[in-house]
Amino acid sequence: MGRTLYDKLWDDHVVHVGDDGTTLLYVDRHLVHEVTSPQAFEGLKLAGRKPWRMDSVVATADHNTPTTDWGRGIAGIVDPVSRLQVETLDANMREFRAKAYFPFLDKRQGIVHVIGPETGATLPGMTVVCGDSHTSTHGAFACLAFGIGTSEVEHVLATQCVNTKKMKNLRVTVDGLLERGVTAKDVALAVIGSIGTAGGTGYAIEFAGGTIRALSMESRMTLCNMAIEAGARSGMVAVDENTIGYLKGRPFAPTGEAWNRAAAYWRTLASDPDARFEREVRLDARALKPQVTWGTSPEMVASIEDRVPDPDKEKDAARREGMERALQYMGLKPNTPIGEIRIDKVFIGSCTNSRIEDLRAAAAVVKGRHVAASVRLALVVPGSGVVKAQAEREGLDRVFRDAGFEWREPGCSMCLAMNADRLEPGERCASTSNRNFEGRQGAGGRTHLVSPEMAAGAAIAGHFVDVRRLG
Amino acid sequence: MEKFTVLNGLVAPLDRANVDTDAIIPKQFLKSIKRSGFGPNLFDAWRYLDHGEPGMDHARRALNPDFVLNQPRFKGASILIARKNFGCGSSREHAPWALLEYGFRCVIAPSFADIFYNNCYKNGLLPVVLPETEVDRLFYDVASFPGFRLIVDLGKQEVSILDASRSAHFEIDAYRKHCLLNGLDEIGLTLTHADKIRSFEARRRERQPWLFS
Ligand code: SF4
Repeated sequence: MGRTLYDKLWDDHVVHVGDDGTTLLYVDRHLVHEVTSPQAFEGLKLAGRKPWRMDSVVATADHNTPTTDWGRGIAGIVDPVSRLQVETLDANMREFRAKAYFPFLDKRQGIVHVIGPETGATLPGMTVVCGDSHTSTHGAFACLAFGIGTSEVEHVLATQCVNTKKMKNLRVTVDGLLERGVTAKDVALAVIGSIGTAGGTGYAIEFAGGTIRALSMESRMTLCNMAIEAGARSGMVAVDENTIGYLKGRPFAPTGEAWNRAAAYWRTLASDPDARFEREVRLDARALKPQVTWGTSPEMVASIEDRVPDPDKEKDAARREGMERALQYMGLKPNTPIGEIRIDKVFIGSCTNSRIEDLRAAAAVVKGRHVAASVRLALVVPGSGVVKAQAEREGLDRVFRDAGFEWREPGCSMCLAMNADRLEPGERCASTSNRNFEGRQGAGGRTHLVSPEMAAGAAIAGHFVDVRRLG
Repeated sequence: MEKFTVLNGLVAPLDRANVDTDAIIPKQFLKSIKRSGFGPNLFDAWRYLDHGEPGMDHARRALNPDFVLNQPRFKGASILIARKNFGCGSSREHAPWALLEYGFRCVIAPSFADIFYNNCYKNGLLPVVLPETEVDRLFYDVASFPGFRLIVDLGKQEVSILDASRSAHFEIDAYRKHCLLNGLDEIGLTLTHADKIRSFEARRRERQPWLFS
């Protein structure tokens, strides 16, 4: 019987299988950031162990780093605890030399899930792990990529393997042409809305179908990034010419004869026609409209043409209670048209939507317009120094600045508000990030997840608008 | 890692679905470079009335009287019962660290998010999956009987009420059970396969040399 893409990636990395199926899986690429690694390096040292293969490690500082005042250097990290984390990573990288380290202030520093693919450190057929749940992003390159905890980070450092069990296969097939203004982000939110945030638990998701094949690599990353929000540790897309074209010439991609060999192998990374998936989900892209979350979980999502749902119409008591709690937290009344929700802040960034294509799309909406007077802050935070430089070459920074946006230095920023960028209690934000949990963007802050185009449109109008009608 | 064999513990209920790791331990507390010190900030946003930041004297902060864990009857609880998809969201291992430090050794729910579930085992916190109806019943029991306790027997893979008149079986991988029962260091165990890892690596290097350059 044929194998799925996930089956192939799995089989290719099995080192040892225990009696109960617990498997030692070999790790090709280990991405490291400052928040989830200090305890792992410390554990390693305390046990007197050495890292197995530091040339598999690519590291960066992204979660805590400020997006302003880089001229002040490390002193610009005002919060001493944040600074200590960044300095601890520096020290660990000095002691254990990684294949590559993009420290704070480096020109190529950025969000770990943006710089992996951008440098070619993420390659098809790899296992990619990181102490970060959005590691699923890298699956866009037909990698088996998943987030791990800090103990596992230490385990990978020490053994180059993870101990894990095989997941089941779930295929999400999306067919049909996306309307202009409807994006991979909307596909992701719609999928989560339909299967729920636990719908993918225990599964590895493969995104397939005509719509996915037509997506750029950036869009595929957006989609795989959100797989974790559907409960799946991994999301992935088969290799095609898009994948190979994207990688050609990247700093860590193979060259010459090795490139040819690699590319030939990569082309085999797709599910066989007769592969079996334990579960299948289908989505019609033609029917899809721009999505906006209204609650405190990514599955609480509606289209721009909808209204905030009414808990009274929900029959299931637990769900009703969850909705009521969410609406209260979000400060929303049932049946309010989504398009009438006014916003205070806008955040364009995060490992979901901070790549060059995202910035171009948002800039296209913004161009020649101005941020609404009622919007207190509209931020654009590029995913990496490389993205930022590219955007500046294209003049996108001017477009954003002229419209009243702030153009910042790269990092995670207001996606999780570990640095100074955050919402104040009660503030409402149109955000291109991936989580709308209570307090995610700052205590008491209210997050609506949207695509870059929709965030840009909301910034201009001061409330959500249908970008398809903006012209 | 501390062993887990049999736990006889007071039960506390957390009646919400989709409790995410941001709620279990808010991000401002992730800035530590240590594995400890998270207990006072478990469920921080729900537990206290003010906004918590690292470095505060948490003993002096005003507790939210409406938050369930603040009720005196649940003081000293070591078993948490929860709703579906517990531990979703970020991969932060600080979540199990905070639960453990607070005093929990076992969380019972109808389902867990994968990464959190994994992280629990690495730290000697036992996540137990029971059917929804069973969990419903436990919520009812906790509400009805002050001081309600459960016995969690890992060896037998069984959760039972004190007089043993009712019990429920749970599943656990043999490997994880073995590690937990004996408090084993997983890295040490894995390194017993070091030769296998090395030969796997050598084959891989030969076939896909670009992964190693
Ligand atoms: S951008 Fe947000 S989701 Fe992505 S790695 Fe950073 S904090 Fe996590």
